[in-house]
Amino acid sequence: MAWQWFHRLGSPRWFYEKTGRWLVWFAPITIALLVIGFTWGLAFAPVDAKQGNSYRIIFIHMPAAVLSLAGYYLMAIAGGIGLIWKMKLPFMVMKSAAVIGVAFTALTLITGSLWGYPTWGTFWEWDARNIFMLILLFLYLSIVLLGQVYPEQEAADKVCAILALVGTVNVPIIYKSVDWWYSLHQPASIKFTGSSSIHPSMLYPLLLCIVAYYCFYTLSLILYTRQEILAREARTKWVAALVEPGTENRVKG
Amino acid sequence: MSERETAEPVELAINGVSCVRDGRTLFTQLEYNCPRGTVLQVLGFNGAGKTTLLNALAGLLPCSEGEILWRGHPIRRSRAFTAEVFYLGHQVPVKPSLTVWENLHWLARLRGQAVAAEQGLQALAQVDLDAYHGALCRNLSAGQKRRVALAQLYLSGERLWILDEPFTAIDKEGVARLQDLLQQHAERGGIAVITSHQALELPGLKNLNLSDYQPLDAYDYA
Amino acid sequence: MTMPDARPPVAGAWRAVLARDLKLSWRQRSDLVNPLLFYLITITLLPLGVDPSRQLLGSIAPGMLWIMALLATLLSLDSLFRCDYEDGTLVQFQLSSEPLFLTVLGKITAYWLTTGLPLALVSPLLAVMLALPPSGYLALVLSLLLGTAIMALIGALGAALTVCLRAGGLILTLVVMPLYLPVLIIGANAVSSAVAGFGYGRELALLGAGLALALMVMPAAVAGALRVSANQ
Repeated sequence: MAWQWFHRLGSPRWFYEKTGRWLVWFAPITIALLVIGFTWGLAFAPVDAKQGNSYRIIFIHMPAAVLSLAGYYLMAIAGGIGLIWKMKLPFMVMKSAAVIGVAFTALTLITGSLWGYPTWGTFWEWDARNIFMLILLFLYLSIVLLGQVYPEQEAADKVCAILALVGTVNVPIIYKSVDWWYSLHQPASIKFTGSSSIHPSMLYPLLLCIVAYYCFYTLSLILYTRQEILAREARTKWVAALVEPGTENRVKG
Repeated sequence: MSERETAEPVELAINGVSCVRDGRTLFTQLEYNCPRGTVLQVLGFNGAGKTTLLNALAGLLPCSEGEILWRGHPIRRSRAFTAEVFYLGHQVPVKPSLTVWENLHWLARLRGQAVAAEQGLQALAQVDLDAYHGALCRNLSAGQKRRVALAQLYLSGERLWILDEPFTAIDKEGVARLQDLLQQHAERGGIAVITSHQALELPGLKNLNLSDYQPLDAYDYA
Repeated sequence: MTMPDARPPVAGAWRAVLARDLKLSWRQRSDLVNPLLFYLITITLLPLGVDPSRQLLGSIAPGMLWIMALLATLLSLDSLFRCDYEDGTLVQFQLSSEPLFLTVLGKITAYWLTTGLPLALVSPLLAVMLALPPSGYLALVLSLLLGTAIMALIGALGAALTVCLRAGGLILTLVVMPLYLPVLIIGANAVSSAVAGFGYGRELALLGAGLALALMVMPAAVAGALRVSANQ
């Protein structure tokens, strides 16, 4: 009986209808959190003593970095569930997470280099975290591209899941080795991590931004997955019923 | 003959199988039972899913719906089943830079069979290749290469033969001999599932036409 | 019903595939030279493109020797499963009575013996050309021996994932490169720390651990990938 419940969780239609109801209140909350977090961080948090106003990009940059990494594991876990229990929905979530992951890592890299210019005087520094984010972008891209070039959807899902799972073993190794490489080559550079403390007046808006980003990530994941469901289930009766006149506006959601 | 067949237990059962490729349903609700001693020819127009069905029967592809049973057990990931299948697709697994004998030996080795010299030469003689046993396969014609692979059938102890277009590039005499072999296999109680564009002359040959299992609503709102 | 009594030993599949692949590559000897030629040519081009001063060359040699070796293994990676896919042998592997991961491991071993091993063995010659200090030779060979083995295992996954794709080469590179990164970092560092006079035991230990991990994870992953991609 418990398994029946679990398999209903894997049904695209169930997900589509359930999230359709959630979105009504979840989307406004996410937008509100983002607006409050950004306004607080960008306009009201105090100016940094060393970096001036340029540090404020941390409110956009840092939560994106956190989610890029967390998203990789979410993607791999979704792929693993799809492989083990042979369900369709987790694969759709996996694909959505890969595409969104590309966007978030790209955002992290871009904001990082914008922040790097006033701080280090260059847009690209061979910094451990920079390189790691770039590699993470490659990992996401390889999964998105592999999924697109495969002729058969089911096969594409399975191979992407295998690649994502092998990637999870590798991500910590890549992280550690890049970090190690960096410590060998740049012994005397500025370190932001570690003991440098952050004043509560900056920390609270940062925490709020992280929460807002988590909501934003979830929201985009839900929206993309819903779109993916419609595309893949286009031939089923329940999607056909959605597309009938009078209900088009729901389909776009 | 027909009395014996109906009394035989069903060995290969296709239960409500549907296959979807590239978002297109090839066939749906396919039902068929093969008792011992069946030679089944799968028919259908190009692209009807003959090869897909054969791949599914060999356990290489998952079915979208339904299941295939071998002696009452699902075939996917079953060691006991793969040990009883001989599959030959439309590609010929023969390496150009190995000799005829090496290829024969290697293919048998993959099936878990060690071939003695005499046994191997006999099999090659059945496909008219005994004189070529030391020749490199790159020097053979397409039909000869296929016959190197088909020689496995004379060594095979497998119960279920799945052959995709086995008569391609085979001359008239070879076709007749292969038909004889299929009949012998059926008389031994084996099952053979084949696709072919040729009309076969086998007593008791069964036909399965995939056009009968086309989905009705496949293109309703494409 | 010929089977059960004459069942071959467990490692039989591994040995049989290994022997066949080695025989096949021996009969197409000309292909064996390709990665070595690539390695030699790129290393020759390097001083011409940069600067032939021994000081500069010696300082970039550890990294360059490693990067070029990595690219040379990539060159032949695409063909690892390609032939067996095109002539239907991969299907026979799947229907074989032997476990697929052992068959796959046999193919990977043969691939390493015909690309990784020769590359590692000729690397000291190229190291001389790039003015690598002699104290780095042994570290170079040892790190390449372990590193190319890891890369063969990782690369096999990429080859398996892309075997059914017409233009799989580019995507293969994208799939495999990020996974190669730790090997490159640790391997190149083994050589440069040997040159600098520090020990390189730590790096070799790390590579050995990586090889053990790859041996555990990859054959099963490659077999799983082939079961999906080979039937397309």
